[in-house]
Amino acid sequence: MTTQDTKPPRSEKTSGSQYTYTPEDGLLLEVDDLFVEFHTRDGVATAINGVSFKLHQGESLAILGESGSGKSVTAQAVMGILDMPPAVIPNGHIRYCGQDLLSMPDEQRRLTRGPEVSMIFQDALSSLNPVFPVGWQIAEMFRTHRGMNKSDALEQAIRLMERVSIPAARERVKAYPHQFSGGMRQRIMIAMAIALDPAVLIADEPTTALDVTVQAQIMALLQELQEERQMGLILITHDLGVVADVADRIAVMYAGRLVETAMVHELYAAPAHPYTRGLLESIPRLDQKGQTLAAIGGLPPNLMRIPPGCPFNPRCRMAQDVCRTDRPELREVVPGRFSACHFAEEVINA
Amino acid sequence: MTEAAIAEISVTDNYEGGDLNEERSLASDAWRAMRRNPMFWVAMTLITVFVLMAIWPSLFTSTDPTNAVLAKSRERPGVDAWFGRDIQGYDIYARCIYGARASILVGVLCTVGTVLIGGTIGVMAGYQGGWADSLLSRIGDVFFAIPLLLGAIIFLVSLPDFFNDNYFLIVLKVVLALVILGWPSLARLTRSSVIQVKPNDYVQAARALGASPNRIVRSHVLPNSLAPVIVVATINLGAYIALEATLSFLGIGLQPPAISWGIDISAALVGLRTTPHMLFFPSLFLSLAVLAFIMLGDVARDALDPKNR
Amino acid sequence: MGTYIIRRLLQMIPVILGATFLIFAMVFALPGDPLAGKCGERPCPPAYAAAYREKYNLNDPLPVQYGKYLGNLAKGDLGETYNGIKVTDQLKLRYPITAKLALMAILFESILGILAGVLTGIKRGGFLDNLVLVSTIAIISIPVFVIGGLSQYFLGVKLGLFPVTVTSTNPSVYELMLPAMVLGSASLAYVTRLTRTNLTENLRADYLRTAVAKGLTRRRAIGLHAMRNSLIPVVTFIGFDFGGLLGGAIVTERIFNIPGIGGYIYNSIRARDGASVVGAVTVLVIVYLFVNLLVDLLYGLLDPRISHD
Repeated sequence: MTTQDTKPPRSEKTSGSQYTYTPEDGLLLEVDDLFVEFHTRDGVATAINGVSFKLHQGESLAILGESGSGKSVTAQAVMGILDMPPAVIPNGHIRYCGQDLLSMPDEQRRLTRGPEVSMIFQDALSSLNPVFPVGWQIAEMFRTHRGMNKSDALEQAIRLMERVSIPAARERVKAYPHQFSGGMRQRIMIAMAIALDPAVLIADEPTTALDVTVQAQIMALLQELQEERQMGLILITHDLGVVADVADRIAVMYAGRLVETAMVHELYAAPAHPYTRGLLESIPRLDQKGQTLAAIGGLPPNLMRIPPGCPFNPRCRMAQDVCRTDRPELREVVPGRFSACHFAEEVINA
Repeated sequence: MTEAAIAEISVTDNYEGGDLNEERSLASDAWRAMRRNPMFWVAMTLITVFVLMAIWPSLFTSTDPTNAVLAKSRERPGVDAWFGRDIQGYDIYARCIYGARASILVGVLCTVGTVLIGGTIGVMAGYQGGWADSLLSRIGDVFFAIPLLLGAIIFLVSLPDFFNDNYFLIVLKVVLALVILGWPSLARLTRSSVIQVKPNDYVQAARALGASPNRIVRSHVLPNSLAPVIVVATINLGAYIALEATLSFLGIGLQPPAISWGIDISAALVGLRTTPHMLFFPSLFLSLAVLAFIMLGDVARDALDPKNR
Repeated sequence: MGTYIIRRLLQMIPVILGATFLIFAMVFALPGDPLAGKCGERPCPPAYAAAYREKYNLNDPLPVQYGKYLGNLAKGDLGETYNGIKVTDQLKLRYPITAKLALMAILFESILGILAGVLTGIKRGGFLDNLVLVSTIAIISIPVFVIGGLSQYFLGVKLGLFPVTVTSTNPSVYELMLPAMVLGSASLAYVTRLTRTNLTENLRADYLRTAVAKGLTRRRAIGLHAMRNSLIPVVTFIGFDFGGLLGGAIVTERIFNIPGIGGYIYNSIRARDGASVVGAVTVLVIVYLFVNLLVDLLYGLLDPRISHD
């Protein structure tokens, strides 16, 4: 997992800004007790309710959850691209290489976006500017952050497009986003994101809009790039199938909180939380022909009125009285595995 | 996007409600939204007043607008004539009231004409598709090449002495010019509405069930294409009033003995330096009339647009 | 891009033919004597009438008439008035003035409109935003000749900021300033609203989120990425609105007594000089078509989704 020996310390890398970031013990990102609220006309919604996790060099962390779980908001909070009204961060720290991003001056924070932390989004067609050529958009990273001139930047862009396996890159660098297929566009986004060799790459549902074969190719590309550059990769998804190959660790989110974190193979073998168990059981399997699909009944809670106790209790098969009154905190159930359930041990051994 | 996050939150909010209240259609939603908008009431009040003026001018004044008192020509507003008198000694207040009829008539007739003719042709073109559609689109392109005012000028200049003695026929001439030149814009609108609705599954289903094209158009296509037509037609009404006034101002639209605000404004320019009251009052009436319809159209658009919620 | 240009050029041809045919139909094919109302209050002098019939083949079937008419048009021959003045000579004399006026109006509406639109688009809901919303609706509703008359009175007569009417035969920029602002007023309102709406939409777009995630400054993200997308529809609108500008020029030149093509058309209407009216308006229509073509090409240049397949 951690292979910091193979990569030079980050302070040696030249970046355009005067700020340097050095990960201690390879720890790139530390989200510490983060809270994010949305203040709307109808009330305050707590989208992120005390989330903490760490990310090291060369590690891939998958954040799993359904719609409304807060996984995208977490990513956006780390990147600093939330609209600050209506979003408010009342509490918490996001430390990159030991420095708190939330208390940084805006300008310094902006300079981390691209060279240090980068993000790719779900729909590449709407996420790329339709009126500028793709090469121009990739080269923009070099022109703005490294002060390169147009032709040098474009050369870099061509190199990157070749690296992400876009055929005939030199000719296609002048083409526009709508002239590419979905998979190619996602590669362009990836090229743009890794252009300045960031330490952390956040991928927010990068393959949800693509069909299955292309999904596999994109995930393989991400994995390849991550290993090559020893990036920390945060993969946001709701798709358990995608996670299995690429991630080292999984963090499962529900109603704005982490309910379980574990190494991938351990989680798949024996989940430690009823919600995770429900998710795994609901994956359709080939040998289940003719049987009803297992699903988790009910809907996620209203984030403006989260029920007391465990937020999952209305839908949990194993819910007891204590679940309705006491909120379970994330605790180490087995070395290396955390779960926010009063009965985690029973779930693991079931 | 953080908006998506907020949207996710709102979705779960609705679930708490649970019970199905009264059926909410787009029409009732829109109606409710419009009623809450103060601009709606302002616009409706103005329109009601003007329509009343058009139908029963005697409700507002007992003075005869065709009675010229030359001795008192250009008289300032006073007790005798509330808005004063114009160059020929007409009572401006009376002329303003009676002028509403021409404007409302032209506006309503033009709108009805363009919606019926243009709307029908557009729906047919959109529904049939094929060469009929292409032909109609080409014809529409040709009409769009000629700006409305310029086309109306040519039309009216070529019919100078037709119908010049009868009030209603004079109005009809102007209406004819504007309808003949204006139907393509509505045709294009209804056509695109139909084209958007046609591929929908419920239309295909109706066809499969053997519904006649007539019925499909009437029951499925029309209700769904109605919203933009309503908005555009309302705004167009205001635009037609303005166009009629412009044509009359230029001396090519309505002419005396017809009474029109445009004619009065044109006549008032000569005395601008010394007797601006001759300009103000017809300008006020005209502006309010156009404003009322454009506001109503704006309100309708906001109410019918699902994105604005 | 090259094929796009050729395609648009080819599409223009039938439209020009169609538009000229439409004008021709209105002038010659409407019921009544084509010579009626062309020579002032009295019927045309016999010599002129005979020459007119000969030239336009009025005794021949319609298609032949149209052919002759088209031929004349292509040669740049727009006919003569009944006292022998060639229409084209008059137009050549006057078009620089109208061009100057129109250009000033376009500059006024674009610069001010885009500026106001950007300011209110970025910061919605403030005092400035509401002010702009209300004033734009008011300006759109008030017909241009009313705005003209009122500005002439308030800014010209009362405040003396601008000359009330144009007195020289070759008006200066200062003399044309007020007329240009009047002419561009309605378009200004539309440009402001359009820019505002587009900018707001683009500020919420996904690609803007990407721009921020790339670490671009807010200035670059909005000023370059969002603006480029927002301005495309605005630029095309300004082009297509040019037709309204031409019609408005007639009214504006009349109010301010400007000796341009608009003034010529108005005077010809007053004098019942149909030949001049039709000739001048035809030229305006053709100019409008070419401007439309240019705007189309510009659109292709600005929006690669249109010109690059």
